[in-house]
Amino acid sequence: MSISKNIRHLSLLIMLGFSITSQADGSGLQADPSWPKPVHDDELYGQLMFDRLEMQNIEGSEQWLWDAQAWYGKDLNRFWLETEGSYDQHHRGEIENLDLQYSRRISPFWDLQAGLGTQTNFGAGDTKERYYALIGFQGLAPYWFEIDSNLRISDDGDSWIDIEAEYDWRLTQKLILQARAETSYAFSEAEEFEQGEGLNDITAGLRLRYHLSRELAPYLGISRSHWFGDTRELIEAEGGDSHTTGFVAGVRLWF
Amino acid sequence: MTQQHKQQRRHLLQALASAGLLSTVYPLMPALAKEASPRLVPGQAIGNSDIFDFTIATSSLEIDQQLTSQAITINGTLPAPLLKLKEGREAVLRVHNSLDVDTSIHWHGLLLPYQMDGVPGISFAGIKPGQTFEYRFPVVQNGTYWYHSHSGMQEQLGHYGPLVIEPEAGERINADQDHVILLSDWTFDDPAQVMRNLKVAEGYYNYDQRTVVDFFNDVETLGWQAAWQKSAMWGQMRMSPRDILDVTGSEYTYLINGKASSANWTGLYKPGDKVRLRFINASAMTFFDVKIPGLAMTVVAADGQPVQPVKTDEFRIGVAETYDVIVEPTAEAYTVFAQSQDRSGFVSATLASRFGLTAPVPPMYPRVERGMEAMGAGHAMHDMMSSDSSHNEMMHEGHHRGQAMAEKGGTVSHGPDNHGPGAAMVVDKPSSRLDDPGVGFEHVSHRVLTYSQLKSHAGWPDKRAPAREIELHLTGNMERYMWSFDGEKFSEVDGPIRFYKDERLRLILVNDTMMDHPIHLHGMWMELENGHGDLRPRKHTIIVKPGERVSALITADAFGDWAFHCHLMYHMKAGMFRVVSVA
Repeated sequence: MSISKNIRHLSLLIMLGFSITSQADGSGLQADPSWPKPVHDDELYGQLMFDRLEMQNIEGSEQWLWDAQAWYGKDLNRFWLETEGSYDQHHRGEIENLDLQYSRRISPFWDLQAGLGTQTNFGAGDTKERYYALIGFQGLAPYWFEIDSNLRISDDGDSWIDIEAEYDWRLTQKLILQARAETSYAFSEAEEFEQGEGLNDITAGLRLRYHLSRELAPYLGISRSHWFGDTRELIEAEGGDSHTTGFVAGVRLWF
Repeated sequence: MTQQHKQQRRHLLQALASAGLLSTVYPLMPALAKEASPRLVPGQAIGNSDIFDFTIATSSLEIDQQLTSQAITINGTLPAPLLKLKEGREAVLRVHNSLDVDTSIHWHGLLLPYQMDGVPGISFAGIKPGQTFEYRFPVVQNGTYWYHSHSGMQEQLGHYGPLVIEPEAGERINADQDHVILLSDWTFDDPAQVMRNLKVAEGYYNYDQRTVVDFFNDVETLGWQAAWQKSAMWGQMRMSPRDILDVTGSEYTYLINGKASSANWTGLYKPGDKVRLRFINASAMTFFDVKIPGLAMTVVAADGQPVQPVKTDEFRIGVAETYDVIVEPTAEAYTVFAQSQDRSGFVSATLASRFGLTAPVPPMYPRVERGMEAMGAGHAMHDMMSSDSSHNEMMHEGHHRGQAMAEKGGTVSHGPDNHGPGAAMVVDKPSSRLDDPGVGFEHVSHRVLTYSQLKSHAGWPDKRAPAREIELHLTGNMERYMWSFDGEKFSEVDGPIRFYKDERLRLILVNDTMMDHPIHLHGMWMELENGHGDLRPRKHTIIVKPGERVSALITADAFGDWAFHCHLMYHMKAGMFRVVSVA
């Protein structure tokens, strides 16, 4: 008698446990836990975006550049994969960054991101790599500036900050002029990555794109880079220029 | 009579004969129907019950001269056939699911036991493939309503139909003709893809965004300083004044009774007839502005409930709303013109004395741009902007119209975190603009219906003052296509909104977003407080404009659980959804 009573109590407790778990959303008092939810608003989405996939002609020498990001997740919590790099006609290239980040929307327009990444130079002599941890912000600033900013600390103890900003002028519904600027600042020198202490560089570009569809937009543009301070000296010592201007042609696309 | 009709009738008669219970067979065709009129759901009366059968299936059919195989039809048609019920009788609605996924029918606007409301997860488990569910409830009201799926995104694919309930005491309005005009938006794409596009790419369907050209046009009309200030104000907020509808005519084919403009649905009359038009907006996402050039309309019912007659030339119908209007055409033909709120597309149909006639189709209105009052900052902005002496176009919405209503709310609170990441903006001083028909009529000189014009005939039985107030904020973040109440979507809240059985309460809705939201409460009427004392109109769906505060009185007399949500389907799907539990 008492055993069956205990079992009944136990099953009541289990049912209560179930109903508590099923109440962890807006379901009503009469809802049966076995029913489907009335709306499924916590779904997973993802996107792969090549913001820039372009050929650059910098004072006669050609290089290809990619700038891509992919995310997968829900409204507030997402995994991000970001990468940017270049590859030139002499088979030299640089994976400037390849970052895997956890990204959390902490305010209506801003994500706090943290993760791990790697930088790799290849093609000219030894391949050079470093790994780093990063933390940063990505989001939409007032006046429609898209901002992506990261602080990276490498396994060698080097640390640096980079900031990217983009702004779109809509000339027509499909023709868009994008201005973008990026800069980086290092707290220590990393010679093998041509990174001097202090302000490293500023690159600014204008790209005029035409949307064949929302997903696919070819573009033409110009890009100008300046290197500063120790970084400039490192580059000049290698025989490089302190500033360059390039013409770019590419495509922006997403899936 | 078409072959299909004959077949339907034959099947029905066979079924009835075999049941041996035949007493009345409703006429399958209304008096004047041709193929353009909606078909009726076949029904039979047994005792005090009216019994109807529905089969839900996917069908291949042609829309705007294009074949589609993704339509979800009821008894083979899009929209679903007209369901005619009678007040005072019992409705028995047998719904068979021939889809390979769950389905449901929600009887939109009907008062019934919550188990019969047809919302999976709230009223019942849903209708499994191959299963037949029998809805059974007393019909306790009359008027124009509709019915639709509450499962997945089936509403987008044609799972909706008109529902008309004949008054027990006979029609008050004696019309010579009675036509349902059901508006909807159709996509040839997978609705899941539409949702995904909205989720990953803000403004995916908006091809009317502000451009550099618009800025220089502003400079011309407002001067440099004001144009710059306007641009800066919106930019600072990261909001777009051109954000009117999420899914636009770039994606949708708009339909009247399932027909695109090219198929020109035609409703017939004899010149001099009194014609009752029952407008139903069964769209997933589209607010329509409806007019019949050359014909004044008299609005006699809103959301199925009678209102004191209002003469008007145009009305905005939000998603899920219904309006009954009377027209008295004398000429041979008129165009029924319904343009989407953002002017990205329209659908037209014809009222004519015989088939084959048409009337000119008017142009759409100019593109729509919101003013700053959408942020609830109308007055402050006006003061700031009025330093510029030129005509200030951006203040149009709510300024030429709409400021007569007293501001009821004053400053409102949004909680310590301003509703969190789910709310891209909050409105500190929402205003009531019930005498404002909404954005997009600035250049219109004729009459446009407003909520403040709706008056019930004699008020409603419950005269109690509300003993309690519930305030909910409509919140959203376009960046991520997040939509919610108070910044929390359905999956994020803990439990339902509680109404106490038989209490009288005031529901206050504050719109903290840049979009109009049609807010729908299942199972109970909302008596819209629009300044007419006890003569409040009853609504099942209330449009809340951006930056607006709207209130309604509710008698919580319907025990059980009820859905409460934004009737923009993708907003609902994104989580702008709650359950109201009455106990």
